[in-house]
Amino acid sequence: MKLTINGEAREVDKVSTVGELLPALGLDARQVVVELNQAVIKRNDVDQTPIHENDCLEILRFVGGG
Amino acid sequence: MTDCFNFTEEQIERYARHIILPEIGGKGQSRLLSSHVLIVGMGGLGSPVALYLTAAGVGHIGIVDSDQVDRTNLQRQVIHFTEDLGSGKLDSARRKMAAMNPEILVTPYPLRLNASNALDVLKDYDVIVDGTDNFPTRYLLNDACVFLKKPLVHAGVIRYEGQISVFKPGIGPCYRCIFPEPPPAGVIPSCREAGILGVIPGILGLLQANEVLKLLLGIGQPLVGHLLLVDALHTEFRKVQIRRNSGCAICGERPTITRLEDVVMETCELEEGGICFGNSTFENGVPPTPHG
Repeated sequence: MKLTINGEAREVDKVSTVGELLPALGLDARQVVVELNQAVIKRNDVDQTPIHENDCLEILRFVGGG
Repeated sequence: MTDCFNFTEEQIERYARHIILPEIGGKGQSRLLSSHVLIVGMGGLGSPVALYLTAAGVGHIGIVDSDQVDRTNLQRQVIHFTEDLGSGKLDSARRKMAAMNPEILVTPYPLRLNASNALDVLKDYDVIVDGTDNFPTRYLLNDACVFLKKPLVHAGVIRYEGQISVFKPGIGPCYRCIFPEPPPAGVIPSCREAGILGVIPGILGLLQANEVLKLLLGIGQPLVGHLLLVDALHTEFRKVQIRRNSGCAICGERPTITRLEDVVMETCELEEGGICFGNSTFENGVPPTPHG
């Protein structure tokens, strides 16, 4: 399926939720925040949030060092 | 702040390259000299912020840290020197700031911010700089700045990357609009655990100092509503638009956080090779952290 991830057009294996997409991208849902079509998804909702063709995702990582 | 400024000869010379900039002039420099900035954390980020704001003539700078200078700090925390090993970070920082620009007033706060002291420490400052090294303090600072309506210049660094934004309450998003809740304890490594290229906090700290000066002077476009992601390995800078979140627990339409509280990270299930801070009940709600 076609998605825009962090500003780049990507072709990824079909997934039905954000929770399925993250491990497919090698990411841990606890280490990131996902914005789906400009709306921030709460960590507990990631597994239930559906994802569709041409959706736009911004995946932001927690960066805590100072 | 005053429109008529009485610079000494020395000040005119010291700040000549600022004063000659049309957007700053004598008025802007005078404004910097009467400004109050608080820097939380005198580590990798706080070091360059403190040095450059001191040089720029920000008249009053508060610095918060409770750590001592450790040898592992010296690779990136450039305000601390080898001779400062074992000294408090605030004493070490103050000596350099005084040597660089003796007319700057420096107020040290040798403490860890928590829900009972944060509002009192922050309340008299114009701009707050987040140079902390742990999530509980980052969330606490965000929440305190929302309550006090103070602009917060945020940055975080790890390995070869960093992120920076300006959170201006009422105008743009806050940290919780983007990162609604802290990550579980242990899933995000610290600089001690993951490493950090020494120049990274330098790059991000200077971007923070730049945002502070712009906010104080009211010039340019502050980094409000954007998160700038810096990838130093590929020398890539990506500016991501961020928005206010109507469901934000502190600045949204129906806030659930209505008074300042210590932020506790959930404990993680310790995995193979994983890192855990351990118990979620920390003294003052703050986990033990490495130095900067």
